[in-house]
Amino acid sequence: MSAVPKTNTLEDKQYTLRFKCDTESHLQVLDYDVCANQCPDKLCTLFCPGEVYKWEGTRMQVGYEGCHECGSCRIGCPHENIKWEYPKGGHGIVFRMA
Amino acid sequence: MANHKFDVIVVGAGPAGTACALTAAKAGLDVLLIERGEYPGAKNVMGGVLYRKQLEELVPEFWNEAPVERPIVEQRFWMLGEESLFDMGYKGMEWSQAPYNNFTVLRAKFDQWFAGKAMEAGAILVTETVVKECLVENGKVIGVRTDRPDGDVYADVVVLADGVNSLLGKQLGFHKELKPEEVALAAMEVLDLPAERIEDRFRLEPNQGCTVEIFGDGTKGIVGTAFLYTNKDSINIGVGTTLSGLIKSRMRPYDLLEYVKNHSMIRPYIKDAKPAEYAAHLIPEGGYNSIPKLVGNGVMVCGDAAQLVNGIHREGSNMAMTSGRLAAETICLAKQANDFSENMLDSYRKNLMNSFVGRDLEKYKNATHTFENYPQYFNEYIPFVNRAASEFFTVDGTPKRDKQKKIMSSMFEGRGKWATIQDLYRAWKVMK
Repeated sequence: MSAVPKTNTLEDKQYTLRFKCDTESHLQVLDYDVCANQCPDKLCTLFCPGEVYKWEGTRMQVGYEGCHECGSCRIGCPHENIKWEYPKGGHGIVFRMA
Repeated sequence: MANHKFDVIVVGAGPAGTACALTAAKAGLDVLLIERGEYPGAKNVMGGVLYRKQLEELVPEFWNEAPVERPIVEQRFWMLGEESLFDMGYKGMEWSQAPYNNFTVLRAKFDQWFAGKAMEAGAILVTETVVKECLVENGKVIGVRTDRPDGDVYADVVVLADGVNSLLGKQLGFHKELKPEEVALAAMEVLDLPAERIEDRFRLEPNQGCTVEIFGDGTKGIVGTAFLYTNKDSINIGVGTTLSGLIKSRMRPYDLLEYVKNHSMIRPYIKDAKPAEYAAHLIPEGGYNSIPKLVGNGVMVCGDAAQLVNGIHREGSNMAMTSGRLAAETICLAKQANDFSENMLDSYRKNLMNSFVGRDLEKYKNATHTFENYPQYFNEYIPFVNRAASEFFTVDGTPKRDKQKKIMSSMFEGRGKWATIQDLYRAWKVMK
């Protein structure tokens, strides 16, 4: 195993990226109560490739700074509870290769 | 830019938008190309295969100047078991020389070069600018509103090449919100590795590349594929699954990627390679049945925004370029007629659907859907092929005829003879 590239954690993977962060979030949870009371599975915390969504016990935390702007959360949220926009022009993720 | 009216505004400087801007600018039209990223490519992700034919139609002999990585001389298909693989493929030296068949590319570099060609032809590129909405007047799109101060811009035609999420197409009511089964989520990494080691591991000579499509255990039974592509001095490795399948399996996309990287059949290819970039992106997988409304008064839709991806043959950027080119050709005719109505612009839709783009999407219109609804193709048949190969090639004193019998009966054992025949017929039907 040791010979395989060691980006085993998502943190390591995210560290390879450049983000030009905006000061405000381009992602909004519309109703935090829906996450708390109507969504036992909180699947966005699993399928989001940047682990933007984290359940902190009582409230959904949105770490928009690490967002890949893929759109999965908007499409995959079973309650259509995420308002999804692009970050302001020039902001957000900056791919240098892929 | 407030008072100037353009002939064409193109939203998005990816393969579709840039192809459109380039074609329109070459024809002498006044073109504005708007990109939300810091530079074209900054927001764009692709596994990495670019086909030659459709770009050559826009930039003859582009391979002499474009930042391509390696021409592909070998395409492999792996049916992956947990600790095994059944390997198929084709390698041919006709692909090692001009005009080539396809290339690996890194999109951040490639898209900048391509947008540069549109600028050379006269298109104006504006980056770091988000188009917030289309401006509509009397049922006709007359321009766009950007996030710049005084950011309204006007044109005869607006081309939406705004990618898989196409918020603008949704704003116009051209498509409903995408469903999780209509998109694939791909997570990939670029891994740096010296060219000589890539060439040794993939049995290549300099300036030759190899692609590997991986079916089966790489997606842990979810509909999708993993891939391994060779760049000049890096490897792209990734895994894409339908978002619906990923949600159902409760797997994290980056955990699946780690599983692929650590798989015993894959590990040796990427040993000691250095992680250079991680990226995730959606791929439109709805195919023919998910194509939105493509044309309205003063507006057209191209590329991923129009869902133009052939998932079975991993074609997308080539279809995007063709759609962009065809859109521009229609705009030129519309300009001559000074008619930008839906009726006039509809010849783009007709030409697109009559081209290889529409015809291939039509051919495979039920494929992804079928493999999603009948998971046995991934869960049962790929492991079966691995077991059969292992059984047949293991010399243990059993006569070959007995081995054949055992393999056949194990094939029917799992699902029954009749179900197996139905499965084979269904697969043939969606692929034929």
